[in-house]
Amino acid sequence: MKPLTRLLLIIVVTALGLFFVLPLLWYVFAPFNEHARLSVSIPETPSLANFAEVFSDEMAMRGLLINSPIIGIGTMVIATVSAALAAYGLSRSNLPGRQLWTYVLILFSSVVTGTASMVPIFRLVYDLGLINSHVGVILSMTGGLIPSAIFIMQDFVEGVPRSYEEAAMVAGASPLQIFRDVTFPLIRPGLMVVGIWVLIHAWGTFLTPFILLRGIEKLPASVMFYRFFDPEGSPRITLIAAYAIIYTLPVLLLYLIINWRYGFRFFGGIKQ
Amino acid sequence: MFILPALIFVAVFLIYPFFSIFAMSFTNQTLVGAGAANTQFIGLDNYAELFNFDRWMRRGELGYSLLLTAQFVIGSALIGQAGLGMLLATLFHNRKGLLRETIFTIAIAAWLIPDVVVAFGWFAYLAPDGTLNAFLNTLGIQGQDWLFDYPMISIIAFNTWRGTAFSMLLFSSALGSIPPSQLETADVIGANAWQKFRDILLPQLSRYILTDLLLITLWTFNTFTPFLLTGGGPTFQTDLISIYTYRTGLQFFQFGKGSAIAVVVMIINLLLAGVYLTLSQSRRRA
Repeated sequence: MKPLTRLLLIIVVTALGLFFVLPLLWYVFAPFNEHARLSVSIPETPSLANFAEVFSDEMAMRGLLINSPIIGIGTMVIATVSAALAAYGLSRSNLPGRQLWTYVLILFSSVVTGTASMVPIFRLVYDLGLINSHVGVILSMTGGLIPSAIFIMQDFVEGVPRSYEEAAMVAGASPLQIFRDVTFPLIRPGLMVVGIWVLIHAWGTFLTPFILLRGIEKLPASVMFYRFFDPEGSPRITLIAAYAIIYTLPVLLLYLIINWRYGFRFFGGIKQ
Repeated sequence: MFILPALIFVAVFLIYPFFSIFAMSFTNQTLVGAGAANTQFIGLDNYAELFNFDRWMRRGELGYSLLLTAQFVIGSALIGQAGLGMLLATLFHNRKGLLRETIFTIAIAAWLIPDVVVAFGWFAYLAPDGTLNAFLNTLGIQGQDWLFDYPMISIIAFNTWRGTAFSMLLFSSALGSIPPSQLETADVIGANAWQKFRDILLPQLSRYILTDLLLITLWTFNTFTPFLLTGGGPTFQTDLISIYTYRTGLQFFQFGKGSAIAVVVMIINLLLAGVYLTLSQSRRRA
């Protein structure tokens, strides 16, 4: 390689690296600095005081340890099971163009979620009497995530040889038994991947719980951040920094686990 | 039978909202006040109000919001995420090692970290005494109050940073499917890097590029996260269509008008999807 090209390459890569690293630098120091400001500074005496204060805040911990897990795990279980059943049903049916159907569904969910659907979803949940309940949040999020979850799951279901199921059928098993005893154990990696993907989503989503929940005792960690604002509306950044670290770590750990266990394959690559 | 649970969710939370938005957009429904007790069919009044061309380019109105959204999508999705994703994927194509792992991991982390956390991180990053200005000062460049003076550029940079990992991973795995022998042949006949990219990689990637552009355009068009950074301000300068919808429908609880905006948004989304699908069809036939 010519020296000039090489120099250019080094400059480009450095710039890209800085572009991605700099915005996160603040989170490396601020949580451990009792007097953190918006500026980045290495604390003279690192302390865990911020964490101590967050841990002693009952509502904040409730959001993190109770509400977020209820919403996250609830969405994960319902979405993963329904998606697995649907992917199985689709792959074993003779429906023409079934790949196209999931594609249309994904497109449709990209069109209807978010901006467009927040008003009708709010109305729907309001009419169902589920405003300010975790059930409403879980069901709405499941609805939005299911098309992509089916799409990811199909890869795994298609990989299971049909001969296994045919053998079970010959032995007289019902379709539900076949699914439970033959297919289900075989697609466990798929369940893991889809489950964690849904969990990371549900854990991080701000908009749905922000719209559908009202009482502070119900809020998940994503919305609970607004607890760390002064009455005048200015953020208490020391506590926000510490809370953010505790809130984010599970997501990054899950990613590392899935990366280590299965390798980060690009599962059709869907994230909304 | 197996499809049933998923079908119920799709019907209730995707298909039903889709039609109820249309129905609601022709009414004057609100959560409280006169429109709540006595909802009336008002025909196209909501649309007439939105498309009142005397004032629709004023700050805080639909036309202005659509213009901002177009800037945001072109800047952060098409140029930012797709461009940067392509750059990263090709730069590190067929390379292994610590540098690639580090940059990929940080880009993926930027994509995985929850909305609120990245929003606060960027808030600190772009603050007048924040990391970016501190960094620029060491280079001898005068810092700025980014979120106040350059709000649109700020959220474009933010959304590029946030979403590049998707395009990067998609292009990276697509590049992996191109046989290395083609590049080696090009090396033998002395092609330079740009020629290799233009004549070998780009044609074979075009199908993936279209898929990528379709999805990131739709996602960027609908994203709400910049609200956490700017709240749509200052003075409506980042009043993206998602924030406009939220403000009308759920802050002021004007369901009828909010739904009319949502219909406009969905129609634009469908048109965008239509354009991309037509492009990919005509490519396949050619």
